[in-house]
Amino acid sequence: MEANVLIKETENVDEKIRIGVYVCHCGLNIAQTVDCPRVAETASLLDDVTISKDIGYACSEPGQQQIKDDILEHGLDRVVVASCSPRLHEPTFRKMLQSAGINPYLLEMANLREQCSWVHMNEPDAATHKAEDLVKMAVSRIRLLQPLQEDTLPLIKRTLVIGGGVAGIQAALDLADNGYDVVLVEKRPAIGGVMAQLDKTFPTMDCSI
Amino acid sequence: MTDVGRHPKITLHTLSEVVDVKGYVGNFHVNILKRARYVDEKECTACGDCATVCPVVRPDEFNLGLSSRRAIFTPFPQAVPSSYVINVNECLGHNPVVCAKCIEACDKDCIDFHMSDKEIVEDVGSIVVATGLEVYDPTELDEYAYARFENVLTSLEFERLINAGGPTEGEVLRPTDLQRPRSVGFVQCVGSRSAKKGGTYCSNVCCMNTIKSTLMLKEHYPDIDIKVFYIDIRAFGKGFEDLYMRSRRSGVHYLRALPGTVEEDPDKGLKVSIENTATGKLETHQLDMLVLALGIKPASSTQRLQEMLGLQLTPDGFFLEAHPKLLPVDAATRGVFYAGCAEGPKDIKESVTQASAAAARAIRLMHRGEITTEPITSMVVEEHCKSCGKCAEVCPYNAIKVDVKRKTPAVVNTAACAGCGTCAAECPFGAIIMNHFTDEQILNQVHALLEQTPKEKILAFACNWCSYAGADYAGVSRLQYPPNVRLIRTMCSGRVDEKFIWDGFLKGAPVILVSGCHIGDCHYIDANHWTEKRIKKIHKKMSKLGIRPERLQLEWISAAEGVRFAKVMQRMEVLREGVTLEEIAETIEILKG
Repeated sequence: MEANVLIKETENVDEKIRIGVYVCHCGLNIAQTVDCPRVAETASLLDDVTISKDIGYACSEPGQQQIKDDILEHGLDRVVVASCSPRLHEPTFRKMLQSAGINPYLLEMANLREQCSWVHMNEPDAATHKAEDLVKMAVSRIRLLQPLQEDTLPLIKRTLVIGGGVAGIQAALDLADNGYDVVLVEKRPAIGGVMAQLDKTFPTMDCSI
Repeated sequence: MTDVGRHPKITLHTLSEVVDVKGYVGNFHVNILKRARYVDEKECTACGDCATVCPVVRPDEFNLGLSSRRAIFTPFPQAVPSSYVINVNECLGHNPVVCAKCIEACDKDCIDFHMSDKEIVEDVGSIVVATGLEVYDPTELDEYAYARFENVLTSLEFERLINAGGPTEGEVLRPTDLQRPRSVGFVQCVGSRSAKKGGTYCSNVCCMNTIKSTLMLKEHYPDIDIKVFYIDIRAFGKGFEDLYMRSRRSGVHYLRALPGTVEEDPDKGLKVSIENTATGKLETHQLDMLVLALGIKPASSTQRLQEMLGLQLTPDGFFLEAHPKLLPVDAATRGVFYAGCAEGPKDIKESVTQASAAAARAIRLMHRGEITTEPITSMVVEEHCKSCGKCAEVCPYNAIKVDVKRKTPAVVNTAACAGCGTCAAECPFGAIIMNHFTDEQILNQVHALLEQTPKEKILAFACNWCSYAGADYAGVSRLQYPPNVRLIRTMCSGRVDEKFIWDGFLKGAPVILVSGCHIGDCHYIDANHWTEKRIKKIHKKMSKLGIRPERLQLEWISAAEGVRFAKVMQRMEVLREGVTLEEIAETIEILKG
């Protein structure tokens, strides 16, 4: 797919914030409703945006590689990905930033799929306008984001399994056989749950106990 | 089951319930109430001598009342732990004058009436929720006459009858005359797929369970006449269609209809009336026995556990997974996983598959022996802090310490801080910075969206766990709503600072929505109580200032309520249309002054 690339020449490369904006088509999931090249073009005019592109699948291997290459080539220090919900791919893109040497918290996502293209399917103009706004909001926010460091805490290698039916029994055995301590809590006097009450079970027609 | 009893790595607590969970991923602190068994679990050999002398006879729950047991009993012969138990409410009491026959009968002195309920504390790093199911109670469906006629049975009762270890040793007998039925009918979707009674969802296992039962019956009694009344037969799993075909080939009649009425003959036979949708005719079928294929309901403990662990439920009442496709066994609460019917109706194979997946997910989390914490925590700017103690008061995790008397600045314990941001929103002096969701970062978003044509836009704040997820769910469900809504995500609705609202109105917002998890469902224990209080306070101030309070709305929208999210957005749009440019200009003037 031919991507629409807009690069701005900025002075004082060292001091200025350098943001990369990537507007994902998600195949046709977003691009069918939202005019992605236009959103990328509008974003390119925003302050501190060094590069703004629309991209087929941002989360794919080539998509991520493209962003990584741009980070190195254009000295980007923050990335806005306008694609699906951050609840889905925020971890993906954070990892990508990390591998490109940028603090993973210098990422912002604009939700153009779950909260735009999929919910305004019959209003492409309004959806595109909303997408422009969402990207603008993301850019305005990312300007102020600070790098954050993760901390590590000790963890107890022990699992509580609540319920001693077939699922609880299987989970407890798998964990225990892998060497983890398990506490299995069952409210009845014996484990087995509903399964123990059944006669033969499908599809094998063998005994449940 | 016996593997669990024997496994050196598994501590089994039966007659036990989780009553409280504190802490966070990697370090959960769990209180368990273990009820007294009154029999020494380790010493008891399940010889049964005690039960033979016990004078109290009660219906046996394991056989659903089709047989009886004593007050001291073992639930079923292969029970794990292999130990008897006393139902203390039924027992004549431990006064030896009254009874104490079991104590005399027990050679090993396993029975101890001085045992009492115990509270056990366990520290764990992860939790698997496998609370299972309850079956639907068909008494409310009076047309099937379960409560009126003895020869109408539930599918679970039928399981006990045909089970070689059951009350009739596997002989299927009519309850009324203990004779073998010549004809048996099965009614499908009892408590499932109904908008009126029971659940609207498919319970997943009842079709195959009935097919299995018909095959068992035909194997036992080749001449028996079997009729299955159904809406659709759902034989979707591996090997399932084969079983269905085998059942049909063996002469089982499948009739596409659900009974309208069931009547009883003087000889206790049943007359079942249907409208056969294949032929369009009204038919009456004479049967000796009728079996109701019961649907699956969430376990009764579901809601209490949901509140304890800060989990979410689907509208059907089952636990909601973090993502329906990509994180199907993870809860949104880190360190909690689902297995089996707790998450939704499923058969044994699916339950086992999900349980193994849950175990693998828990191991993936635990194997390194440490966890990385989210750095999204709050931070105190010491020079601004007046040590008023407000932040410590509102923190749901007791993560902030302030010495109000000595006037030392507040200190945040970042390991305990979960990042809701309520402290930052409540601090009257702007002395708390909520990392990654700072005032300036959020205000920048507000300004960006209201920069052009603010009159046309709806500013909405949504918490990450419920309302933002609810908006995503609306998207996944392709629900259409007005395109002028702009969402700002915060981790918790408790983060929404009063100044975000005033700033929004000052910049020309016609309407503002604050949305979060339902009260009781807050991902940060009870931080949304502070949201509610704050919005009430702002509403009062708005009234005083002469700004219509309706322009600020508070809504609770859960992660499963995509439909509700879309409806709220439509309502916001109606509200927005009612706000004139003059009103906005007036508000701006008021707020400037």
